[in-house]
Amino acid sequence: MANTPHITRRGLLRAAALAPVAGALAACATPQAQAPTASAAPAATSAANPFGVDVEKPLEVWIFDGGFGNAYATDIHQPLFKTKYPDVEIKHNATKEITKVLQPRFAGGNPPDVIDNSGANAMDLGALAQDGQLQDLGPLLEAPSWDDPDVKVRDILDPAVIEFGTYDGKFHVVGYVNYIHGIWYSQKAFRDNGWTVPKTWDEFLALCETIKKSGKMAPFTYAGKHPQYLYEPLLTMAAKIGGNEVLVNIDNLEDGAWSAEPVRQAAEAWAEVGAKYLLQGTAGLDHVQTQTAQNKYDVAMLPCGSWLENEQATTTPDDFEYGMFPIPDFTSSDKMPYGTLHTQPGESFIVPSRGANPQGGMEYLRAMLSKKAAGDFSELVRTVSVVKGAGEGRDLSPGAKSATEALAAAGENTVYYRWRSWYAQLHDEAVAATGQLMSGGVTPQKYVERLQKKADEIKADSSIKKYRR
Amino acid sequence: MFQTYRRGLFILSFLAAPVTLYLVYVISPYAQAFYIAMTDWRGVTATPNFIGFDNFIRLFSDGIFWKAVTHNAALLVLLPLLTIVIALFFAFLLNVGREGRGVAGVAGSKFYRVVFFFPQVLAVTVVAVLFQQVFRPDDSGMLNAPLMALGLGPFGFLSDPGLAFWSVLGVMVWQAVGFYVVLFSAGLASIPRDMFEAAQIDGAGRFSLFFRVTLPLLWDTVQVAWVYLGILALDVFAIVWVMTDQHGGPDFSTTVMATEIYRNAFQYFRFGYASALGVVMFFFTIGFAILSLRLSRRERIEY
Repeated sequence: MANTPHITRRGLLRAAALAPVAGALAACATPQAQAPTASAAPAATSAANPFGVDVEKPLEVWIFDGGFGNAYATDIHQPLFKTKYPDVEIKHNATKEITKVLQPRFAGGNPPDVIDNSGANAMDLGALAQDGQLQDLGPLLEAPSWDDPDVKVRDILDPAVIEFGTYDGKFHVVGYVNYIHGIWYSQKAFRDNGWTVPKTWDEFLALCETIKKSGKMAPFTYAGKHPQYLYEPLLTMAAKIGGNEVLVNIDNLEDGAWSAEPVRQAAEAWAEVGAKYLLQGTAGLDHVQTQTAQNKYDVAMLPCGSWLENEQATTTPDDFEYGMFPIPDFTSSDKMPYGTLHTQPGESFIVPSRGANPQGGMEYLRAMLSKKAAGDFSELVRTVSVVKGAGEGRDLSPGAKSATEALAAAGENTVYYRWRSWYAQLHDEAVAATGQLMSGGVTPQKYVERLQKKADEIKADSSIKKYRR
Repeated sequence: MFQTYRRGLFILSFLAAPVTLYLVYVISPYAQAFYIAMTDWRGVTATPNFIGFDNFIRLFSDGIFWKAVTHNAALLVLLPLLTIVIALFFAFLLNVGREGRGVAGVAGSKFYRVVFFFPQVLAVTVVAVLFQQVFRPDDSGMLNAPLMALGLGPFGFLSDPGLAFWSVLGVMVWQAVGFYVVLFSAGLASIPRDMFEAAQIDGAGRFSLFFRVTLPLLWDTVQVAWVYLGILALDVFAIVWVMTDQHGGPDFSTTVMATEIYRNAFQYFRFGYASALGVVMFFFTIGFAILSLRLSRRERIEY
């Protein structure tokens, strides 16, 4: 027993009294100014290794484990990265709670190297950019692409990615997926019932009436618990009626941007759908419940983005054949032509500037943006990536095919808005008001007034950082 | 000299650990929250700027926060009232409610006592998710299915802004009642049986037995219950955040102070402003505690 550590009564008491003091150092909620971590100087750069990646330094990757899962990272991106850097140890992690897990690491000054900052619990990119926490990815754009040293990464990306990823003049965020929004339906159900895709709003309403009368299913639904699914087609329609500047004005918090006539007209149009053609109980159902109702042929159409097909993969009948059509023409004098689409890069990948290996992080993104990685990704998760031509010659699923064709048909006529991520408070107000609009709680006039009021409040609040596009 | 302080040192040695823990993990975060409330900290910055009372000035015109305060106030009145009335009624029936002579509960009271306690055993999150299904707005909802079979509804228990608050209140009462039935039963058990028997011999029915004997003798326990439930009403969070649409919706119709603090901190990344809301909530809670302690000073009945 001679080796048993001998604990005296006093020693124990002394230790017990000191233990909390050690804990005290860790219990500090207020941030401490960190001495900037000296990121190791990059290794020598070359055409094959444009950022000077240290071939032995480990790389920590965090993937949002959402609709796309995280197998694409472990099965596609990381093996590809490894072909070039076999000695780099990749520490792969996946979570649904990006903020809870990673925000403390930013505050503590030791963030990981690559993050897919996505999902409902993503970190605020504006706040991170404002604080200089994000690596300037400008060099990535100018670097040679993974596949072809003569083509820059900039030239293989959808231009919207660069626009969306730029904060205060610096490119920080790579959106990897091209989200294409529209009205989704079952091509089989439409074929079997002799329904055709409506080109004008009158045709759309007539189709709703036909479906309602047929008694086979409800005409329309949306994720009632998350009304952002409905303000999306509403705003796309407003842009179609009044032109792209309707959305630009909203993003820039211009006076009267929300109370503009096109927004009110679109609100009126959708309020009519809300009053007459919704699936029973829509207001209380979420996206999974409504989308599953569509898979069961309980409802014909719903607004969604191109992630839908993958999200519903397990509940969709084999012969369902997802299809997507753009917002119909409201009148013949719409400012934007038929086929106008709302597209937006999603799945935001970032490289923290104060991580241990930002060069490795940028190289990881460069690998992701190769044709092979992006093409394999599109096939695996049934969606459209932002890398030009990555879907060529690939065997796409019906929904992804339909969305890709709609995108090609839209050509230059694509629109987007950014206020949703810039002004989270405005998003919450729009969600609340849109739910009320669709259930008849507010009139279209009151709806636009209410959102205009909130936008004005935000404009006047000096504590909220303003953005422009 | 040493002998004089010996006793004090002895006490101190025992108190040092818990007091240090309390200071570090309870008092110091509170104090830091007061400081953060006067900064523009966004949660990631290493160097927040001191902005004085700007956050407090801002919150005075924050309509949603004040809406949340009114919801807390409504809960503060309704939750204790409903819970205590229902719990007292059940506790009375379970302990002294039997018809006729003798002091005993209604038939099967031992079984009911266990059943009433079930909701207390479930985690709040479980209850919240469970009730999302109970309140479902179509024919797969536990409440709407029978109502729709009768040709009523469907009701949007959680999706109708006029109804959602009452649904939240209902769930909170449902979950709390069981515990207070047990608490009041224990209170009733400590009242000497002879009192009830004497009252019965004097011809008291169940009604006057309750109002003339049970309630006055239980008054102390009822006050304790009131304070507990009041605190529950002020710091309600999980039920609202998990169960309601849009975390406190629809249209902010169920939001409470705690959810607004969470929303501002972890969704808007305004940790400074959220701390200011937290400071206001702190004063509301302290105010309620002082008020209830003052009002509840009352003579005890000794038997």
